[in-house]
Amino acid sequence: MVTIEVDSLTYNYDSRAVLDAVSLSVGKGEIVGVLGPNGCGKTTLLKNLNRNLSPHGGCVLADGSDLEAMSKREIARKIAVVPQTNEIRFSFTVEDIVKMGRMPFQESFRGESSEDMRIVRDAMERTGLTPLAKRYINTMSGGERQRAILARALAQSPEVILMDEPTLHLDVNMQFEVLDLIRDLSRERSLTVVIVSHDLPMAARYCDRVVLIHGHRVLAAGPPEEVLTAENMRKVFKVDAELEDDPRGGRKTVRLFGACRD
Amino acid sequence: MPEPASGRYNTAGAHMRKIPKTLAIIVALAAMLAASVLLDLSWAPRPLSLGEVWAALCGRGTWANDIIVNGFNAPRVFFGVFVGAALGVTGGVMQALFRNPLASPYLLGLSSGASLGATVAILFSIPLIPLAIAQPALAFAFCFGTMLLVYSLSRASGGVRTETLILAGVAVSSLMSAAVSLFTYIAPSEKMQSIVFWSMGSLDSVRWSNASFSVPLMMIGIVVMIASSKKLNVMMLGDAHAMDLGIDVRGTRIFLLVISSLVVAAAVAFVGSIGFIGLVVPHIFRLMLGPDNRVVLPLSAFGGAAFILLCDYVAHTASSFYGVLPIGVVTAFVGAPFFIYLLASRRREIGW
Repeated sequence: MVTIEVDSLTYNYDSRAVLDAVSLSVGKGEIVGVLGPNGCGKTTLLKNLNRNLSPHGGCVLADGSDLEAMSKREIARKIAVVPQTNEIRFSFTVEDIVKMGRMPFQESFRGESSEDMRIVRDAMERTGLTPLAKRYINTMSGGERQRAILARALAQSPEVILMDEPTLHLDVNMQFEVLDLIRDLSRERSLTVVIVSHDLPMAARYCDRVVLIHGHRVLAAGPPEEVLTAENMRKVFKVDAELEDDPRGGRKTVRLFGACRD
Repeated sequence: MPEPASGRYNTAGAHMRKIPKTLAIIVALAAMLAASVLLDLSWAPRPLSLGEVWAALCGRGTWANDIIVNGFNAPRVFFGVFVGAALGVTGGVMQALFRNPLASPYLLGLSSGASLGATVAILFSIPLIPLAIAQPALAFAFCFGTMLLVYSLSRASGGVRTETLILAGVAVSSLMSAAVSLFTYIAPSEKMQSIVFWSMGSLDSVRWSNASFSVPLMMIGIVVMIASSKKLNVMMLGDAHAMDLGIDVRGTRIFLLVISSLVVAAAVAFVGSIGFIGLVVPHIFRLMLGPDNRVVLPLSAFGGAAFILLCDYVAHTASSFYGVLPIGVVTAFVGAPFFIYLLASRRREIGW
């Protein structure tokens, strides 16, 4: 069953196409990685997936209905986002930030219901933020802020989470912890996850399917072992790399040997 | 994920006291507001005692006291409460809306727009329409027009950038102020005096008829703005965050700008532009209690009201030497040093 369907999506900045007739579909409970070098339009694609931007051509369907026909609030009840930059200047507490995830469900005069608070506490618990609940967000490290935003996304009790370069600000161990958590949640709650990244080993390890973007178009889509061929990775990322089985377990990983000079 | 520590909310110190602290500040503010209302009501050439004020309010005062308290002081104080509250809340809303500490009704040109409208009305008497109607009408029209102009200037290239909006506001605002200065300069002397006095702000010319027109507008505006606190909190994180959480950022921004210009025009039309309240009052509460608009905006309403009345009292008590001072002079003289003290002694990084 398809939850997100992108049909020949085109998006331009000043008449320069950054996305050129991109089509892809994401099934319920799947973790899909959208991979490509910087500037290939990945982030733009992600922003189109929750109507933060509106396509100039084609359309995006969530559970069969066009995002353009849905209100922002309706979209935010289904689709949560963990953006790439997470600088927050103001001294809100972590708990304040996570509570904001309940906004799409609340009337403006109401406070949090006990159900809201249960979801908020659960989101903080899952992301290990409970002991940091009253810390000020602007005094925290980039990785901690990232987790707070992830917790906020979980508090939206979404069906889909969109993540933009989730490993960018994180220490190496936290990269694994966050993605392990995402995979667990995806399995438990059949949460659909779209991750935009240029982190090949992480994508090979965690994604059920990957979509390779090259020259503003989809070059290949499918399971990592079909898409992340040495040839494709050379073409798209200009690296000498190989997909291999992780010797420690049944997963895949990508070994990077160096840049291609040609 | 790291194991959570045992106590669920074992936390970094000061925050545990936040709720009681907020309560204490609310109580203190309410007391301050009540005190400043009584104080400002008591003003007379020979200052009245609080007992005399109370007696006059209850209709048991002497004939003279009744005229002073209920006739002269009451409309001024009543209107002042709402003007102070309106300016305080509007300033707080604008700072949150534009994520800019300098934002205030002044910065976006709303005040100077309204001033220009009123100045034009005073200077060029419009035939058949009395000044009492022409002045607020033109203040509204100019305030609203300024808001539209600033907004449309800043959306030249598609989206609206808050930095551009503020730059456009500064530019348009200086133009408006220059026009006010020009009109003041060329005005005949009897009109010049009323323009000058009006442009520095004063609650003295307020009548009950003005209040019945402006106060409902300001009240509705204040309530609507405070009801938007939660959205404003999210918008302070950035437009993208707000959109991700389902907020129609563009619509909310335009809506709150329209409300702000209505409220500012309703205030400025009758009392002139009174500076410093919209800028400083919200900052004071943010410095004390953090950025949450659900706290900052309601307190700014109380704080703005108390502040304007205290300044009005000072403006009047200085009068035995110099006549009634323009209230804008007093708000700056009282507000600026207090604000500087707060800035210098702040313990908490609030984000700007």
